Amino acid sequence: MVPLSWYLALSAVLFTIGVVGVLIQRNAIVLFMCVELMLNSVNLTLVAFSRYLGDVTGQLFVFIVMVVAAAEAAVGLAIIIALFRTRETLNVDEADLLKL
Amino acid sequence: MEQLAQIQVSHLFFLAFASLAVVAAFNVILQRNPIYSAIGLIVVMCSLAGLFLTLSAQFIAAIQIIVYAGAIMVLFVFVIMLLNVREEDAIADRQKYLKFLAVPLFLAMIAEVMVVLKTIGNPAASPNIPGTVETVAEGMFTNYLLPFEATSVLILMAIVGSMLLARRESKEDTDDIEAALNAANVATPLAEAENEEEVHA
Repeated sequence: MVPLSWYLALSAVLFTIGVVGVLIQRNAIVLFMCVELMLNSVNLTLVAFSRYLGDVTGQLFVFIVMVVAAAEAAVGLAIIIALFRTRETLNVDEADLLKL
Repeated sequence: MEQLAQIQVSHLFFLAFASLAVVAAFNVILQRNPIYSAIGLIVVMCSLAGLFLTLSAQFIAAIQIIVYAGAIMVLFVFVIMLLNVREEDAIADRQKYLKFLAVPLFLAMIAEVMVVLKTIGNPAASPNIPGTVETVAEGMFTNYLLPFEATSVLILMAIVGSMLLARRESKEDTDDIEAALNAANVATPLAEAENEEEVHA
């Protein structure tokens, strides 16, 4: 059996990679993908704890996190499409004003 | 002896999936072209589904593939191809210092996590309850029915909201508004915006 700390370490590494991606990327779509990466790493933590504590509740939380991620992706991509229509760019540095 | 072999196989599975996930995650953040980032993220999700299987969460592994890799990433790839984004490295990066801040912060957080993991030690695994559809559904439709219903309302709101946001405003609507504003002898912001666009072009 793989120790619990291995899963937690992997999850922390993936989360940190997601944070670094949000810091260094300027493309709005890739920023969204980095957020998805962070959500996924937290899912891994929840499933690992669920296994090691012998309680399936953690897996229900993962299910709900997935639904929230799907909703977030749908609304976020709609915002990105609206942004691209008005500004012709996906660079988040360019989108710093509410008016055009 | 047989048990020892079993342990090593599960360790090998973990190491294979974990290294694949980390390499693909770096691929997500370091690629210039968003479509390669999307492919990297799909690989991360598939390897996480493999790890869920090693944690005996079959149902979560299946919906990880179906919902994440199947639905959400298709949406991402669809938007990337719809917008036909060019690689935007010609634009000067205004916040260059963030890149130099990110690497030390990354290393600091990894070090912090390793220290914490060293101090907490490893609890012994509890008896295995496989996360099949049956066990997950039992919790979902008894103790956690209200959150489950709340997520369905959330999804409905997301559908309506994204349709409203991404909808192209029809020409007739804007024409009607413009005509009404002209009749009232008011300067139309819409017409001004159009003129500005022409000037930029």
